[in-house]
Amino acid sequence: MRFPSKTRSRKIAGAFYEGLCAGIALLTLVALAWLLAGIARGGWGTVTWEFLTQPPDNGMTAGGIFPAIFGTVALTLLMILLSLPLGVSAAIYLTEYAGPGMAARVVRAAVNNLAGVPSIVFGLFGLGFFVLFIGRGLDAFLGEKLLFGQPAMLWAAATLAILVLPVIIVSTEEALHAVPASQREAAYAMGATKWQVLSRVVIPQARSGILTGAILGVARGAGETAPILFTGCAYYLPRLPVAQIPGTPIWMINPLDQFMQLSYHVFIMSTQSHNPTLVRPIVFGTALVLVTLTFLMNLGAILWRRRYRRLREQARG
Amino acid sequence: MDKGIPLDNSLAGGRHPIVRLRASEGLSARRRRQALLDWLVEKYFAAAGGVAILFILLIFMFLAGEGLQAFRTIDPMRFIGAVTENVITEQTEFTHTWQPVSEVPKYSLLPLMAGSALIAIPATIFSGLVGLACGIFLSEIASRRLREIVKPGMELLAGIPTVIIGFFILVSVASLVQDVFHTTRRLNAFVGALGVSVVIIPTIATLVEDAMRAIPREIREGAYALGATRWETIRRVLVPSGMSGIAAALILGMGRALGETMIVLMVTGNAAVLTFDIFKSIRTMTATLAAELGEVAQGSEQYHALFLVGLVLFVFTFFLNMAAEIVISRMRRRLRL
Amino acid sequence: MTFQKLLSIAALLVLAMACSEARAEKITVKGSDTMVITAQKWAEVYQKSHPKTSIQVTGGGSGVGIASLINGTTDIANASRPIKKSEIDNARANGVYPFEVKSALDGLAVVVHKGNPVKQMTMKVVAGIFTGAVNNWKELGGPDHEIVRYCRESSSGTYVFFKEDVMKNKDYAADCQTLQGTAAIAEAVAKDPYGIGYGGIAYFEGRGDVKILPISPEKGKPAINPMNPGGKGVNYQVIYDRSYPISRYLYLYLARKPSGEIKNYVDWIAGPEGQKLVEETGYIPLPGVLPPPAKPGG
Repeated sequence: MRFPSKTRSRKIAGAFYEGLCAGIALLTLVALAWLLAGIARGGWGTVTWEFLTQPPDNGMTAGGIFPAIFGTVALTLLMILLSLPLGVSAAIYLTEYAGPGMAARVVRAAVNNLAGVPSIVFGLFGLGFFVLFIGRGLDAFLGEKLLFGQPAMLWAAATLAILVLPVIIVSTEEALHAVPASQREAAYAMGATKWQVLSRVVIPQARSGILTGAILGVARGAGETAPILFTGCAYYLPRLPVAQIPGTPIWMINPLDQFMQLSYHVFIMSTQSHNPTLVRPIVFGTALVLVTLTFLMNLGAILWRRRYRRLREQARG
Repeated sequence: MDKGIPLDNSLAGGRHPIVRLRASEGLSARRRRQALLDWLVEKYFAAAGGVAILFILLIFMFLAGEGLQAFRTIDPMRFIGAVTENVITEQTEFTHTWQPVSEVPKYSLLPLMAGSALIAIPATIFSGLVGLACGIFLSEIASRRLREIVKPGMELLAGIPTVIIGFFILVSVASLVQDVFHTTRRLNAFVGALGVSVVIIPTIATLVEDAMRAIPREIREGAYALGATRWETIRRVLVPSGMSGIAAALILGMGRALGETMIVLMVTGNAAVLTFDIFKSIRTMTATLAAELGEVAQGSEQYHALFLVGLVLFVFTFFLNMAAEIVISRMRRRLRL
Repeated sequence: MTFQKLLSIAALLVLAMACSEARAEKITVKGSDTMVITAQKWAEVYQKSHPKTSIQVTGGGSGVGIASLINGTTDIANASRPIKKSEIDNARANGVYPFEVKSALDGLAVVVHKGNPVKQMTMKVVAGIFTGAVNNWKELGGPDHEIVRYCRESSSGTYVFFKEDVMKNKDYAADCQTLQGTAAIAEAVAKDPYGIGYGGIAYFEGRGDVKILPISPEKGKPAINPMNPGGKGVNYQVIYDRSYPISRYLYLYLARKPSGEIKNYVDWIAGPEGQKLVEETGYIPLPGVLPPPAKPGG
């Protein structure tokens, strides 16, 4: 069918603009690919097994980044331990208990605001509140000279936990909403109380969604640098932040120690290193490790989420 | 209670989890215990919900507590500018400088705010356009398969640590930009705004996509029924009706751009100059905090001044977030009609 | 179930906190970025021969180190400038009595791009450039282009030392780009034909892409190059006798008169082993500790 020329020109114009949008979207992805390729190209040769398992050597110009990897893992583990229970509970409140009233709106507004706070402000808060106020307070209370009142993994993890809280809350809310109402109703019909419905029906079914949220939170926490600048990160530590439980051969992460961290390592080595040209391969290697870790975590969370969404839709018939 | 479900130990031999009965209790005792548990649990969850409010309040109170103390020793006018001697002309003039480590500490916030604005505004404009195009593409134009590739791609872009973007710009992009634009300074606001744009494009794109998807199908179908092409529908019908969502996306994107720290710390040159030339080096509020916080002795004048900067930053982003909330709730109310 | 798991992990963490009391001898060192490489080398080598001591080194700038000393969060503060009177007062108010140890010497080099035609400068000119009085290279016989200044963050001892000694306490020009470390300054000046920067010599030694300018203390006096002729190594003599005008001590500040392991460490640093490492990292050892180097060319 031939359209009159006016309609055809409209169609052509439309196709052009739509193509423009598509082009811009694809260009954005190309930028992402360019960034990743650049990091990969610069760091590929550096990342070897030794690089991942050895500590830095020779004034940070050789060796590996194992302490930074360990520090990042320990830090995010502690962070998720602190923020997951809190975030899941807050999400449960928002989904299950809060009505459409004022309280829920204020809480939701607070969560959205928390998501929008600049990361350096968290760092400021973490330093002033956790390290100086609570830390020194604990020291004064316990009569210690300086145990809690200095930068430590515990305070850095607490700061990051608050930062990551909105991520956990939003993912958990989504997971809880995805549990069909019929499941809840069936449980109520069997005579269960609200807490029983939650603990035995809803939360177990929302587990994968909560896990996805946790992974996203960990990925976010691993990549943040500003909040940990003053709350616990160090340039070079001769030992890992572990302690041995006295009398046993068990080693534990010591939350009162300082730590090295991957994103801080990238920052400090690229701006304050003694010889940037010499250590550039190391920085690229560290960047590659960090990007790979966060990328895999994000990708895993996205794919998992898509998979169980599809399964749920299928289950619903 | 309905006679259909036995509320005693007979169900599954007393082992069914929902109706497990303690041997020593009667029915009403168990109900009372469960009611108490339920009540406790509800209070616990309500408290958990309140924690988010608690943290926001705590952050504000703490920043204000430490920051407002700056006014005890520093005259408020000094946060705007101070009288200094010009080195070249040797005459006194009123300048706006941030130089806390000096014979006469200078605490003008204006260069820092100008620096933050010089990054955030261009970044928001650029990312706004790109994000709008991406959001429209994702919600209206992309096929389902394309969408399943592009949307995760955006989320992955959002997930890249900002320090990596800063590092990449430092080593590759900055020199490229200097070659193309022939700038005097390699590290300047333009490069910083570019980096920040990369960070906020996914934020804006996702919110625009959500806004477009929230528009009811009837509106689309009405436009098609009137003979509009898909693009004309997008341009003349959908974008205007999704305008509040788009506005909210831009506001939140700007908030994020204002709060960005690592990229600006690494690539803007960190010179506290009050300027509107995007190719000059500038210093943002966030970079100032990141750079100077480590060196202050607790309780010193500079310490309080930095907390004041943090307070200003927090208040700005708080108001931007509130504005976005209002816009979004208005949009939701309108669409519910 | 998950709740119980969380509880048990939390309990283990609490246990770990209690254990952190019983540690091997730990020394925290913070401060000058100029000194951080040397400080790390000291820590590495010392720990090899004293395995029971654990030394932790962080940079951040002399200001960070001294602030940490005052706040009580470090044992040793590295500083590339002398401690200020206000900092001493602050420290005393916090129960800290700073004890100064000289650990090495350093020359501050003023560098420009290797292609810059300017051959030398007087102290006054250098000061004029960084305070903003001199703004164009053509005033010095160079090309007609604005001078692009690179300096350090205000937390840096190098920043403060340069300001007090060279600029006579005048303020830096507002458009100085503040970079995070001297190495960043080296990189920036190497890439910028109109740039100028300053920093500890060790960062510029051996780089072919920046030019270290000979400085003369005043007009009419000869300009002294801190490097040996031919650019091979730093000329210790001009630093020791102060004929090179921009030289300084690198300090260690302690919270009180040293004792125990800290005293061992500090004495070791000032001794031949520590000073040898100073030499290796490009700084100037304290006079009289090491045997004089063999004179090149007899």
